[in-house]
Amino acid sequence: MARRAGAPEVSAGSMADIAFLLLIFFLVTTTIETDAGLDRMLPPIEPPDTDVVIKQKNIFQVNINKNGQLLADEELIDLKDLRSKAMAFLDNGGDGTCSYCQGTKNPESSDNPSKAIISLKNDRETKYSTYITVQNELVGAYNDLRNREAQRLYGRKFVDMEAEYLNPETPDDVKEELKEKVKKIQELFPQKLSEAETSSN
Amino acid sequence: MSKFAKKKDGEVPAVSTASLPDIVFMLLFFFMTVTVMKDSSLKVENILPNASEIKKLEKKDRVIYIYVGTPTKEYQKVFGTEPKIQLNDKFASPSEVGDYILMERAKKPQELQNVLTTALKVDKNAKMGLISDIKEELRKVNALKVNYTTYEGDAFRNLQ
Repeated sequence: MARRAGAPEVSAGSMADIAFLLLIFFLVTTTIETDAGLDRMLPPIEPPDTDVVIKQKNIFQVNINKNGQLLADEELIDLKDLRSKAMAFLDNGGDGTCSYCQGTKNPESSDNPSKAIISLKNDRETKYSTYITVQNELVGAYNDLRNREAQRLYGRKFVDMEAEYLNPETPDDVKEELKEKVKKIQELFPQKLSEAETSSN
Repeated sequence: MSKFAKKKDGEVPAVSTASLPDIVFMLLFFFMTVTVMKDSSLKVENILPNASEIKKLEKKDRVIYIYVGTPTKEYQKVFGTEPKIQLNDKFASPSEVGDYILMERAKKPQELQNVLTTALKVDKNAKMGLISDIKEELRKVNALKVNYTTYEGDAFRNLQ
Protein backbone atom coordinates (compact mmCIF):
# COMPACT_ATOMS: atom_id res chain seq x y z
CA MET A 1 0.00 0.00 0.00
CA ALA A 2 1.20 3.43 -0.81
CA ARG A 3 2.02 5.62 2.14
CA ARG A 4 0.09 8.80 2.32
CA ALA A 5 2.12 11.97 2.39
CA GLY A 6 1.09 13.18 5.84
CA ALA A 7 -2.36 14.29 6.96
CA PRO A 8 -4.24 16.50 4.54
CA GLU A 9 -4.26 20.17 5.42
CA VAL A 10 -7.35 21.45 7.22
CA SER A 11 -9.02 24.23 5.36
CA ALA A 12 -8.95 27.48 7.32
CA GLY A 13 -11.34 29.21 5.00
CA SER A 14 -14.26 29.06 7.41
CA MET A 15 -12.29 30.35 10.33
CA ALA A 16 -13.26 33.91 9.52
CA ASP A 17 -16.92 32.94 9.49
CA ILE A 18 -16.68 31.34 12.89
CA ALA A 19 -14.82 34.32 14.29
CA PHE A 20 -17.42 36.66 12.82
CA LEU A 21 -20.18 34.68 14.48
CA LEU A 22 -18.52 35.00 17.87
CA LEU A 23 -17.75 38.65 17.25
CA ILE A 24 -21.35 39.46 16.47
CA PHE A 25 -22.51 37.64 19.59
CA PHE A 26 -20.23 39.69 21.84
CA LEU A 27 -21.06 42.88 19.96
CA VAL A 28 -24.71 42.37 20.72
CA THR A 29 -24.29 41.48 24.39
CA THR A 30 -21.80 44.21 25.23
CA THR A 31 -22.72 47.14 27.43
CA ILE A 32 -19.85 49.53 27.94
CA GLU A 33 -21.68 52.36 29.69
CA THR A 34 -20.82 53.20 33.24
CA ASP A 35 -23.54 54.38 35.53
CA ALA A 36 -23.54 57.82 37.00
CA GLY A 37 -25.64 59.53 39.60
CA LEU A 38 -25.87 61.64 42.70
CA ASP A 39 -23.71 60.39 45.56
CA ARG A 40 -25.21 60.81 48.99
CA MET A 41 -24.44 59.63 52.49
CA LEU A 42 -27.29 58.52 54.71
CA PRO A 43 -27.21 59.51 58.38
CA PRO A 44 -26.23 56.72 60.77
CA ILE A 45 -29.08 55.14 62.67
CA GLU A 46 -27.91 55.77 66.21
CA PRO A 47 -28.66 59.32 67.32
CA PRO A 48 -25.77 61.43 68.61
CA ASP A 49 -25.34 61.15 72.39
CA THR A 50 -25.39 64.82 73.09
CA ASP A 51 -28.16 67.02 71.82
CA VAL A 52 -26.59 69.61 69.61
CA VAL A 53 -28.25 72.97 69.73
CA ILE A 54 -28.40 74.57 66.32
CA LYS A 55 -29.56 78.10 65.87
CA GLN A 56 -32.63 78.42 63.74
CA LYS A 57 -30.93 80.89 61.44
CA ASN A 58 -28.28 78.32 60.55
CA ILE A 59 -30.85 75.94 59.15
CA PHE A 60 -32.24 76.27 55.66
CA GLN A 61 -35.45 74.29 55.66
CA VAL A 62 -36.60 72.84 52.35
CA ASN A 63 -39.97 71.13 52.23
CA ILE A 64 -41.45 69.32 49.25
CA ASN A 65 -45.12 68.51 49.39
CA LYS A 66 -46.93 65.79 47.51
CA ASN A 67 -47.74 68.05 44.57
CA GLY A 68 -44.10 68.86 44.06
CA GLN A 69 -44.38 72.37 45.48
CA LEU A 70 -41.43 73.76 47.31
CA LEU A 71 -41.30 75.57 50.64
CA ALA A 72 -37.90 77.08 51.42
CA ASP A 73 -37.56 78.91 54.73
CA GLU A 74 -41.33 79.27 55.00
CA GLU A 75 -41.60 80.79 51.56
CA LEU A 76 -43.24 79.19 48.58
CA ILE A 77 -40.64 79.33 45.83
CA ASP A 78 -40.09 78.03 42.33
CA LEU A 79 -37.71 75.13 41.82
CA LYS A 80 -35.62 77.25 39.49
CA ASP A 81 -34.85 79.74 42.27
CA LEU A 82 -33.77 77.08 44.75
CA ARG A 83 -30.14 77.01 43.71
CA SER A 84 -29.60 80.76 44.07
CA LYS A 85 -31.51 80.78 47.38
CA ALA A 86 -29.38 77.96 48.78
CA MET A 87 -26.21 79.64 47.56
CA ALA A 88 -27.18 82.93 49.17
CA PHE A 89 -27.82 81.10 52.42
CA LEU A 90 -24.53 79.15 52.40
CA ASP A 91 -22.45 82.09 51.29
CA ASN A 92 -23.95 84.56 53.74
CA GLY A 93 -21.25 84.69 56.42
CA GLY A 94 -23.39 86.50 58.97
CA ASP A 95 -20.94 86.70 61.89
CA GLY A 96 -18.03 87.94 59.82
CA THR A 97 -15.73 84.97 60.55
CA CYS A 98 -15.79 83.77 56.97
CA SER A 99 -13.10 85.58 55.01
CA TYR A 100 -13.91 84.13 51.60
CA CYS A 101 -17.68 84.55 51.63
CA GLN A 102 -19.18 87.02 49.22
CA GLY A 103 -22.71 87.00 50.61
CA THR A 104 -24.77 89.82 52.00
CA LYS A 105 -23.71 89.23 55.64
CA ASN A 106 -27.33 89.28 56.70
CA PRO A 107 -27.44 88.70 60.49
CA GLU A 108 -30.74 86.86 60.07
CA SER A 109 -29.17 84.18 57.87
CA SER A 110 -26.36 81.66 58.37
CA ASP A 111 -23.24 82.56 60.40
CA ASN A 112 -20.59 80.60 58.55
CA PRO A 113 -20.58 77.97 55.77
CA SER A 114 -19.25 75.43 58.25
CA LYS A 115 -22.32 75.93 60.43
CA ALA A 116 -24.91 76.21 57.72
CA ILE A 117 -27.16 73.19 57.41
CA ILE A 118 -29.68 72.46 54.71
CA SER A 119 -32.54 70.34 55.90
CA LEU A 120 -34.57 68.51 53.29
CA LYS A 121 -37.96 67.12 54.09
CA ASN A 122 -40.36 65.39 51.75
CA ASP A 123 -43.77 63.83 51.76
CA ARG A 124 -44.37 60.11 51.16
CA GLU A 125 -46.35 61.00 48.06
CA THR A 126 -43.65 63.20 46.56
CA LYS A 127 -42.56 62.03 43.14
CA TYR A 128 -39.04 60.65 42.93
CA SER A 129 -38.17 62.81 39.94
CA THR A 130 -39.03 65.99 41.88
CA TYR A 131 -36.92 64.81 44.77
CA ILE A 132 -33.96 64.18 42.46
CA THR A 133 -34.34 67.62 40.92
CA VAL A 134 -34.25 69.22 44.36
CA GLN A 135 -31.25 67.11 45.39
CA ASN A 136 -29.56 68.06 42.14
CA GLU A 137 -30.11 71.76 42.76
CA LEU A 138 -28.81 71.58 46.32
CA VAL A 139 -25.71 69.65 45.30
CA GLY A 140 -25.37 72.13 42.46
CA ALA A 141 -25.41 75.03 44.91
CA TYR A 142 -22.51 73.49 46.81
CA ASN A 143 -20.66 72.71 43.60
CA ASP A 144 -21.07 76.25 42.29
CA LEU A 145 -19.63 77.74 45.47
CA ARG A 146 -16.79 75.21 45.54
CA ASN A 147 -16.07 75.93 41.89
CA ARG A 148 -15.81 79.60 42.68
CA GLU A 149 -13.31 79.03 45.47
CA ALA A 150 -11.30 76.51 43.46
CA GLN A 151 -11.16 78.94 40.58
CA ARG A 152 -9.88 81.64 42.93
CA LEU A 153 -7.28 79.46 44.70
CA TYR A 154 -6.12 77.05 42.01
CA GLY A 155 -7.46 78.47 38.78
CA ARG A 156 -9.61 75.51 37.84
CA LYS A 157 -13.02 74.09 38.54
CA PHE A 158 -13.64 71.98 41.63
CA VAL A 159 -15.78 69.42 39.82
CA ASP A 160 -12.97 68.82 37.29
CA MET A 161 -10.43 68.42 40.07
CA GLU A 162 -12.66 65.98 41.91
CA ALA A 163 -13.41 63.99 38.78
CA GLU A 164 -9.70 63.69 38.05
CA TYR A 165 -9.02 62.69 41.63
CA LEU A 166 -11.65 59.95 41.52
CA ASN A 167 -10.61 58.68 38.11
CA PRO A 168 -8.69 55.40 38.59
CA GLU A 169 -6.48 56.18 35.59
CA THR A 170 -4.95 59.25 37.20
CA PRO A 171 -1.32 58.61 38.24
CA ASP A 172 -0.65 58.43 41.98
CA ASP A 173 1.53 61.50 42.32
CA VAL A 174 -1.09 63.69 40.64
CA LYS A 175 -3.68 62.15 42.91
CA GLU A 176 -1.77 63.02 46.06
CA GLU A 177 -1.50 66.60 44.98
CA LEU A 178 -5.17 66.80 44.10
CA LYS A 179 -6.23 65.18 47.35
CA GLU A 180 -4.94 68.13 49.39
CA LYS A 181 -6.65 70.66 47.20
CA VAL A 182 -9.95 68.83 47.00
CA LYS A 183 -9.98 68.41 50.77
CA LYS A 184 -9.26 72.07 51.32
CA ILE A 185 -12.10 73.20 49.09
CA GLN A 186 -14.47 70.70 50.67
CA GLU A 187 -13.66 72.15 54.07
CA LEU A 188 -14.45 75.66 52.91
CA PHE A 189 -17.99 74.60 52.03
CA PRO A 190 -18.72 71.34 53.86
CA GLN A 191 -21.78 69.56 52.56
CA LYS A 192 -24.25 69.45 55.41
CA LEU A 193 -27.44 68.16 53.95
CA SER A 194 -29.73 66.62 56.49
CA GLU A 195 -32.63 64.45 55.47
CA ALA A 196 -35.34 64.12 58.04
CA GLU A 197 -37.76 61.22 58.02
CA THR A 198 -40.60 61.72 55.62
CA SER A 199 -43.89 62.98 56.91
CA SER A 200 -47.02 61.16 55.93
CA ASN A 201 -49.80 63.60 56.63
CA MET B 1 8.00 49.72 -23.96
CA SER B 2 7.53 46.05 -23.50
CA LYS B 3 8.05 46.61 -19.80
CA PHE B 4 4.69 48.27 -19.49
CA ALA B 5 2.78 46.20 -21.95
CA LYS B 6 3.26 43.01 -19.98
CA LYS B 7 -0.06 42.95 -18.18
CA LYS B 8 -2.08 41.79 -21.03
CA ASP B 9 -5.07 40.40 -19.17
CA GLY B 10 -5.42 43.75 -17.37
CA GLU B 11 -7.00 42.24 -14.24
CA VAL B 12 -6.62 43.63 -10.75
CA PRO B 13 -5.04 41.00 -8.49
CA ALA B 14 -7.38 39.71 -5.80
CA VAL B 15 -6.93 41.19 -2.37
CA SER B 16 -5.60 38.58 -0.01
CA THR B 17 -8.08 37.70 2.69
CA ALA B 18 -5.59 35.63 4.64
CA SER B 19 -5.32 38.24 7.40
CA LEU B 20 -9.07 38.66 7.74
CA PRO B 21 -9.38 36.06 10.52
CA ASP B 22 -6.63 37.84 12.44
CA ILE B 23 -8.42 41.16 12.24
CA VAL B 24 -11.71 39.63 13.24
CA PHE B 25 -10.10 37.78 16.12
CA MET B 26 -8.58 41.00 17.32
CA LEU B 27 -12.00 42.63 17.41
CA LEU B 28 -13.43 39.54 19.00
CA PHE B 29 -10.94 39.60 21.85
CA PHE B 30 -11.59 43.29 22.41
CA PHE B 31 -15.30 42.74 22.82
CA MET B 32 -14.78 39.60 24.88
CA THR B 33 -12.71 41.49 27.40
CA VAL B 34 -14.96 44.54 27.72
CA THR B 35 -18.21 42.59 27.85
CA VAL B 36 -20.13 42.58 31.08
CA MET B 37 -22.94 40.11 31.04
CA LYS B 38 -26.20 41.36 32.44
CA ASP B 39 -26.72 39.38 35.60
CA SER B 40 -30.36 40.15 36.11
CA SER B 41 -33.10 40.99 33.71
CA LEU B 42 -35.27 43.94 34.54
CA LYS B 43 -38.77 43.15 35.61
CA VAL B 44 -39.69 46.75 36.34
CA GLU B 45 -40.01 49.88 34.26
CA ASN B 46 -36.79 51.76 34.77
CA ILE B 47 -36.70 55.20 33.25
CA LEU B 48 -34.27 57.11 35.41
CA PRO B 49 -34.61 60.82 36.11
CA ASN B 50 -32.10 63.37 34.80
CA ALA B 51 -29.51 65.21 36.84
CA SER B 52 -26.58 67.42 35.97
CA GLU B 53 -24.39 67.33 39.10
CA ILE B 54 -23.51 63.69 38.74
CA LYS B 55 -20.52 61.58 39.59
CA LYS B 56 -19.47 58.46 37.74
CA LEU B 57 -19.89 55.17 39.49
CA GLU B 58 -16.45 53.63 39.05
CA LYS B 59 -15.52 50.08 39.93
CA LYS B 60 -18.53 47.91 39.32
CA ASP B 61 -17.41 45.28 41.80
CA ARG B 62 -18.16 47.65 44.67
CA VAL B 63 -21.74 48.33 43.77
CA ILE B 64 -24.96 46.70 44.91
CA TYR B 65 -27.96 47.46 42.75
CA ILE B 66 -31.54 47.98 43.83
CA TYR B 67 -34.20 48.54 41.19
CA VAL B 68 -37.52 50.22 41.81
CA GLY B 69 -40.39 50.81 39.42
CA THR B 70 -43.78 49.62 38.26
CA PRO B 71 -43.73 46.00 37.10
CA THR B 72 -43.54 45.54 33.34
CA LYS B 73 -46.63 44.53 31.35
CA GLU B 74 -46.21 40.79 31.73
CA TYR B 75 -45.93 41.00 35.51
CA GLN B 76 -48.65 43.56 36.05
CA LYS B 77 -51.36 40.90 36.26
CA VAL B 78 -49.70 39.26 39.22
CA PHE B 79 -48.00 42.14 40.96
CA GLY B 80 -50.22 45.11 40.13
CA THR B 81 -49.20 48.51 38.89
CA GLU B 82 -47.82 50.01 42.10
CA PRO B 83 -44.03 50.55 42.07
CA LYS B 84 -42.13 47.55 43.41
CA ILE B 85 -38.60 46.77 44.49
CA GLN B 86 -36.58 44.31 42.46
CA LEU B 87 -33.63 42.60 44.10
CA ASN B 88 -31.61 40.35 41.81
CA ASP B 89 -34.28 38.52 39.88
CA LYS B 90 -37.31 38.78 42.07
CA PHE B 91 -39.72 41.27 43.52
CA ALA B 92 -39.30 42.07 47.18
CA SER B 93 -40.84 44.05 49.96
CA PRO B 94 -38.94 46.88 51.68
CA SER B 95 -38.26 44.71 54.74
CA GLU B 96 -36.19 42.30 52.62
CA VAL B 97 -33.76 44.98 51.50
CA GLY B 98 -31.65 44.74 54.65
CA ASP B 99 -31.12 41.00 54.32
CA TYR B 100 -30.30 41.37 50.65
CA ILE B 101 -27.62 43.96 51.36
CA LEU B 102 -26.08 41.77 54.05
CA MET B 103 -26.11 38.78 51.73
CA GLU B 104 -24.53 40.70 48.85
CA ARG B 105 -21.99 42.19 51.20
CA ALA B 106 -20.96 38.76 52.43
CA LYS B 107 -20.30 37.68 48.84
CA LYS B 108 -17.74 40.43 48.27
CA PRO B 109 -14.10 40.09 49.24
CA GLN B 110 -13.23 41.16 52.77
CA GLU B 111 -11.33 44.27 51.82
CA LEU B 112 -14.22 45.66 49.78
CA GLN B 113 -16.94 45.10 52.35
CA ASN B 114 -16.53 48.51 53.92
CA VAL B 115 -16.42 50.53 50.75
CA LEU B 116 -19.57 49.29 49.05
CA THR B 117 -22.02 51.67 47.41
CA THR B 118 -25.69 50.98 46.98
CA ALA B 119 -26.94 52.16 43.63
CA LEU B 120 -30.63 52.99 43.66
CA LYS B 121 -32.02 52.70 40.17
CA VAL B 122 -35.42 54.17 40.66
CA ASP B 123 -38.01 54.91 38.03
CA LYS B 124 -38.87 58.59 37.88
CA ASN B 125 -42.53 57.95 38.57
CA ALA B 126 -41.96 56.15 41.85
CA LYS B 127 -43.10 57.77 45.07
CA MET B 128 -40.76 58.85 47.85
CA GLY B 129 -42.56 56.74 50.45
CA LEU B 130 -41.07 53.55 49.08
CA ILE B 131 -37.64 55.16 48.75
CA SER B 132 -37.79 56.32 52.36
CA ASP B 133 -38.55 52.77 53.46
CA ILE B 134 -35.52 51.52 51.51
CA LYS B 135 -33.34 54.26 52.96
CA GLU B 136 -34.49 53.32 56.45
CA GLU B 137 -33.56 49.68 55.79
CA LEU B 138 -30.16 50.69 54.43
CA ARG B 139 -29.48 52.71 57.55
CA LYS B 140 -30.33 49.70 59.69
CA VAL B 141 -27.64 47.58 58.04
CA ASN B 142 -25.20 50.48 57.96
CA ALA B 143 -25.04 50.73 54.18
CA LEU B 144 -24.86 54.49 54.24
CA LYS B 145 -23.23 55.23 50.92
CA VAL B 146 -25.90 55.49 48.28
CA ASN B 147 -25.93 56.64 44.70
CA TYR B 148 -29.16 57.75 43.10
CA THR B 149 -28.41 56.59 39.59
CA THR B 150 -29.61 59.05 36.96
CA TYR B 151 -29.15 59.94 33.35
CA GLU B 152 -27.04 62.94 32.55
CA GLY B 153 -29.20 65.85 31.52
CA ASP B 154 -31.08 68.91 32.60
CA ALA B 155 -32.74 68.22 35.94
CA PHE B 156 -35.71 70.43 35.12
CA ARG B 157 -36.77 68.05 32.38
CA ASN B 158 -37.92 65.75 35.18
CA LEU B 159 -40.79 68.00 36.00
CA GLN B 160 -42.58 67.72 32.69
